[in-house]
Amino acid sequence: MSTTNNIAQARKLVEQLRIEAGYERIKVSKAAADLMSYCEQHARSDPLLVGVPTSENPFKDKKPCIIL
Amino acid sequence: RDACAEPHQLSKGETIHTLKTESETLKAKLEEERAKLHDVELHQVAEKIEALGQFVMKTRRTLKGHGNKVLCMDWCRDKRRIVSSSQDGKVIVWDAYTTNKEHAVTMPCTWVMACAYAPSGCAVACGGLDNKCSVYPLSLDKNENLAAKKKSVAMHTNYLSSCSFTNSDMQILTSSGDGTCALWDVESGQLLQSFHGHSADVLSLNLAPSETGNTFVSGGCDKKANVWDMRSGQNVQSFETHESDINCVKYYPSGDAFATGSDDATCRLYDLRADREVAIYSKESIIFGASSVDFSLSGRLLFAGYNDYTINVWDVLKGTRVAILFGHENRVSTVRVSPDGTAFCSGSWDSTLRIWA
Repeated sequence: MSTTNNIAQARKLVEQLRIEAGYERIKVSKAAADLMSYCEQHARSDPLLVGVPTSENPFKDKKPCIIL
Repeated sequence: RDACAEPHQLSKGETIHTLKTESETLKAKLEEERAKLHDVELHQVAEKIEALGQFVMKTRRTLKGHGNKVLCMDWCRDKRRIVSSSQDGKVIVWDAYTTNKEHAVTMPCTWVMACAYAPSGCAVACGGLDNKCSVYPLSLDKNENLAAKKKSVAMHTNYLSSCSFTNSDMQILTSSGDGTCALWDVESGQLLQSFHGHSADVLSLNLAPSETGNTFVSGGCDKKANVWDMRSGQNVQSFETHESDINCVKYYPSGDAFATGSDDATCRLYDLRADREVAIYSKESIIFGASSVDFSLSGRLLFAGYNDYTINVWDVLKGTRVAILFGHENRVSTVRVSPDGTAFCSGSWDSTLRIWA
């Protein structure tokens, strides 16, 4: 029984690896450049990265006015 | 002859040995192909960009109300509501602006490890040791008993570790301790597709950003991160460089990469088009597992929660740590950036959730 399972598993693995081997890959230099480019394009609209004024962030409470 | 038709019989000339040899050859070929394209490191390419300045992030809200470990949380698309779940079986919906609790339901099981907000904001899904994923429609009437309208959707043969609605309220994707992921129709509870390939518990899943198409990534106790085609059920890419369980997987906002958090105390970045790991976020001083990760909107920052009670903030491109956040009094179990990126929420075994900005 376990022999037939081993065969099925081995065949499944070979099929999986064939699929992965046929994959088209790009160079890390190109991939890295694209990741960096995305960050750069979106940096200005990333509140946690660039910070937003207190008045625009609902989680940052405005300081209450104290009447002396 | 189609090999798939008779999986238990060998084709002519095929033996268990020829299959094994072929898999070894293919693995070696894959290694060689990947290595050829490894011409530079991400952090080297990133040397030319400006370093990030000092970060000041503070706890802006503390959500208290769970009686036990917070295990999971998710943001509503309205950017202010949050659903969280805990070890004692409670699922709570909060207004994060005011810290008010809007809904609460007690599950019939403990360790509710997974919860998710529906895209419409009208329902939440959750599950854990009950091996199921259930959907609760949220009533406008706060006094209504949520449990009465509960709908059982997913059934696994082991605990539910993670769940996520797809682009609508109609389908849910789940991952389980039974080693599989599955896609379900919410209305009928029908299994639409199952995903087999992990050899141990699957701990986390994340859907690709909608622009990128119908794929998702999963990570688990077999130390593998697998990328799946949702329609065919096919495992299209697999990454195995972590040295221990992968607790969390999260896509980079462009959909071209994903990050992981692992019990090996590192977080890593894998690029899908280069088909390899391109960054490791680690320090000798960090020795506890990373439980949860999420990116800021631009993808420049990676927030990671750890079992040593801290949150580390990493510069994704340069690979350096830019901040360490203290506050929780026990393990950080979940970290998620809000939909508009103005804040992030952390949940902890100290039974609280914190909003940071």
